[in-house]
Amino acid sequence: MSGRQSHASSTLLHLFFIAFSLAFIVPFLLVLSISFSHEETIRTLGYRLIPPEFTLDAYRYAFANPGRIQDAYIVTTLQSALGTFLSIVVMATCGYALSRRSFRYRGPITFIVFFTMLFSGGLVPLYIVVTQYLRLGNSFWVYIFPRLVSAFPIIIFRTFFQSIPESLPESAKIDGASEWTIFFRIIVPLSKPVVATLSLFGLIDRWNDWFTTLIYVRDTRLYTLQFLLQRILREAQFLRAIATELPLGMDIGQHDLPTESLRFAMLIIAAGPMLVVFPFFQKHFAKGLTIGAVKG
Amino acid sequence: MVIDAAHRRRKTLATVRANFELLTLTLPALIAFFLFNYLPMGGVIVAFKRYRYDAGILHSPWIGLANFSFFFRSVDAWRITRNTVAYSTAFIIVGTITAVVIALLLLEVRSTGAKKIYQTVMILPRFLSWVVISFITHAILNPVHGVGNQIIVALGGTAVEWYSHTQYWPFILTISHVWNSVGITSIIYYAALMGVDPQLYEAAEIDGATRLQQTWHVSIPALVPVITILNILAIGNLFTGDFGLFYQIPRDVGRLYPVTDIINTYVYRGLRQGDIGRTAAVGLFQSSVGLVLIIVTNAIIRRISPENALF
Repeated sequence: MSGRQSHASSTLLHLFFIAFSLAFIVPFLLVLSISFSHEETIRTLGYRLIPPEFTLDAYRYAFANPGRIQDAYIVTTLQSALGTFLSIVVMATCGYALSRRSFRYRGPITFIVFFTMLFSGGLVPLYIVVTQYLRLGNSFWVYIFPRLVSAFPIIIFRTFFQSIPESLPESAKIDGASEWTIFFRIIVPLSKPVVATLSLFGLIDRWNDWFTTLIYVRDTRLYTLQFLLQRILREAQFLRAIATELPLGMDIGQHDLPTESLRFAMLIIAAGPMLVVFPFFQKHFAKGLTIGAVKG
Repeated sequence: MVIDAAHRRRKTLATVRANFELLTLTLPALIAFFLFNYLPMGGVIVAFKRYRYDAGILHSPWIGLANFSFFFRSVDAWRITRNTVAYSTAFIIVGTITAVVIALLLLEVRSTGAKKIYQTVMILPRFLSWVVISFITHAILNPVHGVGNQIIVALGGTAVEWYSHTQYWPFILTISHVWNSVGITSIIYYAALMGVDPQLYEAAEIDGATRLQQTWHVSIPALVPVITILNILAIGNLFTGDFGLFYQIPRDVGRLYPVTDIINTYVYRGLRQGDIGRTAAVGLFQSSVGLVLIIVTNAIIRRISPENALF
């Protein structure tokens, strides 16, 4: 867009965006500050954006008994990595087959995939199928299988693969390559951007998953980080139990632990890495969004 | 006849073999769809049954429409339906307007460096779960320690018990939603604006169009297709709320249910309480209306501007 833009209006524009950006940055600084606050400060002054003094007390407690957070980190990392990998392979192979015009069952299978976007049985029948029939409840695999496929990424894959000239797989087929070989040797190397973007989306969603734990998992050793955080925020007793490694119910006195700041220290430990890693992905992310906006 | 049938069978076999490899590529996905999408779709019959864990879905006794009539006669039915639809509508309107305005303003920012920083900051919430965001709302709204009340008191007001009064929550939830989604949506709109041929703006300027007129006659029309596509999806989801937002931000406080309870949170609680049949009925009601909504919206769009239809 060319044209005049007065100095004043440009300044006004930047002032607006700076104020708008602060609405996103300040909340994170606030939770960071709380994690470094003295329990006494919080009790007398409340949560402060700039606390009168900083302390590492909460972090000392958090790292003294890191067992639960460690478990949650391991579970979250394993389920996000394995879940995303399997899901991308399964969805990309399906998207590839559906991109081939010569594929006879293309129509019906596309419909089977697409229809799941229009109608679902709802949470309750899914819950019964997963827990009563497939017996996946309260196990690690419940993080992997129920969310393995969804229609939208398959359609994005299909649309992307359709832009690859069909002569490429056809000529490889004449040379005797199987469709699986063609997919992994020819199609995947040509499709790195879409694979990377959709993997990133999958990874973020799985890393942030608390819903699966809420619905299907009771075993505290199988908690994801986000679900652990939910219980930490909502239940002071749970927080004390995991911070002291005492069994739930054997509660030590309320004032022995910096409960308030500890909560937020746990938040920073659990969610902080994501915020640090995040800027590196941003470029891919913005690109991927526009891929997602293309209609299937 | 016999030869004909044999010939046809052989031909079918040949096509099956030719397509066999491609079929195997789709097989893992098909199995997963069958288990986790189509089996539960069949499982909706549980909405017409009195579910017994020992009998399973198939052998539980049929009770007709009892689950539905129970739900529709309860006070909850109107409440959760109204809340779900009202919030979805508010989110569509407020969310779209905010994102479009931000995208249009971003277009005016000349410095690419600054532009990138603003965009990066705005999509930060997309990388975080509602649980993390609920820590932030807790830090602001906690009645004793919260920053919100500190500011109100400093300005001479009296502290508010946020989690005890319903009147604030429509605003809190709408702000939370917009805060969470504006970055993403505005980037999508911004990308659409980047696709506009710069000559259109130049031509408009030569014709003497002001900046505002350019926005109205060039930028907005360029956004209409994207706005349409995003909102068909949103209208199809009118009956589906964002469970994370409505469960984590009000923290499942019972006193707030009149304005925070939506179909999805209601279904979750029903499931927790083991109220299988009735809860499945609510879910089926939700999915069916959703299906109708998306088909109707799409049909309307197809009539008005076929190129923007979803299917």
